[in-house]
Amino acid sequence: MSRDTALVSADWAEKNLETPGIVFVEVDEDTTAYDGGHIPGAIKIDWKKDLQDPIRRDFVNQEQFAALLSERGISNDDTVILYGGNNNWFAAYAYWYFKLYGHGDVKLIDGGRKKWELDARVYSKDVPVREKTTYVAQAPDLSIRAFRDEVVEAIGVKNLIDVRSPDEFAGRLLAPAHLPQEQSQRAGHIPTALSVPWSKAANEDGTFKSDEELAKIYGEAGLDGSKDTIAYCRIGERSSHSWFVLKELLGHENVKNYDGSWTEYGSLIGVPIALGDEPGKA
Amino acid sequence: MTSPTANATAAASCAAPDQSAPLPSSVDLTRETVITGIVTNAEGDAVGGAYVRLLDASGEFTAEVVSSPEGVFRFFAAPGSWTVRALSRHGNGELAVDAGVGVNEISLNVATA
Repeated sequence: MSRDTALVSADWAEKNLETPGIVFVEVDEDTTAYDGGHIPGAIKIDWKKDLQDPIRRDFVNQEQFAALLSERGISNDDTVILYGGNNNWFAAYAYWYFKLYGHGDVKLIDGGRKKWELDARVYSKDVPVREKTTYVAQAPDLSIRAFRDEVVEAIGVKNLIDVRSPDEFAGRLLAPAHLPQEQSQRAGHIPTALSVPWSKAANEDGTFKSDEELAKIYGEAGLDGSKDTIAYCRIGERSSHSWFVLKELLGHENVKNYDGSWTEYGSLIGVPIALGDEPGKA
Repeated sequence: MTSPTANATAAASCAAPDQSAPLPSSVDLTRETVITGIVTNAEGDAVGGAYVRLLDASGEFTAEVVSSPEGVFRFFAAPGSWTVRALSRHGNGELAVDAGVGVNEISLNVATA
């Protein structure tokens, strides 16, 4: 993968709004943004209602993903162009799902909704009606998804990348600073994890930095290119953004997203936790 | 007592809550450091849809929200020095804040560079 195959610009998107075989999808946790205006022709996917299992603590399985895409009118051979708010966090998360379930052609709009807004491009409130399809999802590709036991075993062995803000990494905050801080799990980070906040990979307008800049950021943070990598955050969506950078833009081979992330790890009994700004020892 | 609903929302989500909503009753202002305010343009009109970001004392990105239609934004931070910076289709602006526990109110002006 590379920038050419995984990303499109807002300009490209605007020129291809009517192109057959391309489906634009806005992905957000709060879909009121979509309802108030979206990229013309785009459909919406609600991160919580559509992509999380309503009962189990997990995301939608193969059958649920196939049912969702069928219902939204997405075909296996469509090119899916994802974008969203929060600097594309949830769009990157959905991108990871599309890859996990084996979709052929999926890309992100560089900068997402923010770039679209700052460029003062047009929105539409029209909700397109797409004919239902019979979407076939592949078995999940677990080479890009990490589970908790694997993460514990990776301490001191693989690259662990903590992409939360420095204060969350150190244990001074439990959640991003736009959310109330009351939560029950422990604060801190997985020992030996390198702190590379997701935001380092993005420009102020939400677009990704250049490949050269990105390679420098991870190199200076101490990422060892000869090792496998697991990225995590709090609930797995910011780490999807960093997973996208490492795997899809920089082309690293074995990169997994730990979607259980800190809300799971920080609530486990008996696992090691490091506090403070340093990675800590295995 | 804290509200289970508000807790569940905070735990499950990373997206920004409605910026113009009243503070949830679960927010304990003797413990929380809230930085809140309104984004305005050169004419003093509220600017909705602005991207407001909170930068820590070293200039590192900490959080970002979108201002409400009334221009309102809100962060839950910690006591200390912060910079609040807004980007919008009407221009950009920023302000340094020395925040303490409780509600810290600021007014943030954006103008075309």
